[in-house]
Amino acid sequence: MNPPLWLLAELTYRCPLHCAFCYNPVDYARRRDELTTQQWFSVMRQARDLGAAQLGFSGGEPLLRDDLEELVAEGRRLGFYTNLITSGIGLTEARLRVLRNAGLDHIQLSFQDSTREMNDFLSSTKTFDLKAKVAKLIKQYDYPMVLNVVLHRYNLDHVERIIEMALAMGAEYLELANTQYYGWGLLNRAQLMPTREQVEKAEAVVNACRERIGKRMRILFVVPDYFEGKPKACMNGWGSVFLAVGADGAALPCHAARTIPGLAFPDVREHSLRTIWYDSAAFNRFRGDDWMQEPCRACPDKHKDFGGCRCQALALAGDAAAADPVCGKAPAHGVVQQVVKLAQRPGVRDAQPLVFRSDAESRRLLMES
Amino acid sequence: MESVVEHPRLTRLFRLQWEPAQDAYVLLYPEGMVKLNRSAAEILKRCDGSRPLSEIVAQLESAFGATGLGPDVDAFMAEARQHGWVV
Repeated sequence: MNPPLWLLAELTYRCPLHCAFCYNPVDYARRRDELTTQQWFSVMRQARDLGAAQLGFSGGEPLLRDDLEELVAEGRRLGFYTNLITSGIGLTEARLRVLRNAGLDHIQLSFQDSTREMNDFLSSTKTFDLKAKVAKLIKQYDYPMVLNVVLHRYNLDHVERIIEMALAMGAEYLELANTQYYGWGLLNRAQLMPTREQVEKAEAVVNACRERIGKRMRILFVVPDYFEGKPKACMNGWGSVFLAVGADGAALPCHAARTIPGLAFPDVREHSLRTIWYDSAAFNRFRGDDWMQEPCRACPDKHKDFGGCRCQALALAGDAAAADPVCGKAPAHGVVQQVVKLAQRPGVRDAQPLVFRSDAESRRLLMES
Repeated sequence: MESVVEHPRLTRLFRLQWEPAQDAYVLLYPEGMVKLNRSAAEILKRCDGSRPLSEIVAQLESAFGATGLGPDVDAFMAEARQHGWVV
């Protein structure tokens, strides 16, 4: 068994944005008890001792923690490569200067779209101009810049403009990530799901742009697994390289793992990371291939894709140990085909409104469940 | 042919460091890591923008009591530039 390479610190579930595709748990409103600075220091030290080299600060919006600068400084001191995954809201020049001096290695900035109107609609905020300012600051402080844009029905047709925007901002990398349907994204799946034609067109546009742009900016196009017929190698395997710690101290083998019933995710305040990583039932549950069912068990690709995503298997097939239903060989693949088929129908996006992520909606959903 | 910087250095996306858990030098970059073999690490350690490639070769030859390392270093540097590790 290998040590974790990645520690993702989900510092807070608070966020100034209200994105309809957010993967955070829809019941985040009840996870208010955030780890303290000292508790995060301890988590980082333990992860580094285990062998983790990459440290991501995410959320929610990590800039809402006013100890972010301290956490970055400690992470860097421990030898981590420190990544800030942010909407940019709250990143003033004063804070960026301190983060830079603290040794922050890299910033990943999210945009919702290339236009102010769509960005602001999708995040249910007026944030486009702020983000554009932050992008300038990031360049000014000589950071490598990765722009991340989540793609779906509402913005897939704007891919070329999004690429132009990223180029104009001087991004080195552009991640075009098709929506993964977890949390709020799953809740809004019917509206966010693009048509197959949209996906194919966007991919063709991306390929043409890559040819034209060359090495100036690398474009990563994360394929939408609902359309691929092949599962993603989720987390590179459960409990293989990735360790997330939630704002409330829960250690998670993947961001969405909390949705799986019957698994107790150990609290980092009660157990050492070493025990959690190597010995906990939650981290061992889907390691290796003993847990697999058919057709995964006999599949030649089982060590390549690890049977896909456990959380998706639960959400779509009702069983976290089943083959990921996006796989063409999965018994529950019909569910995915049905979702994709429904998305081709005109007028689907008007059938029900998008549910924007917010404290009030989270509380409402908690009450309903 | 791309222009080659006289004093090679790591690009700002990459950081070279010793990782005890890997028992190796690694290159860290946004959300990723490359594990380096010993000769790659010895070359990259010297790519700090302070000396020309000829001096790097001379240093390596002296450190390892070898001669004629130039072609091997050139081949590695071409690869490293291809990956965007050095300029």
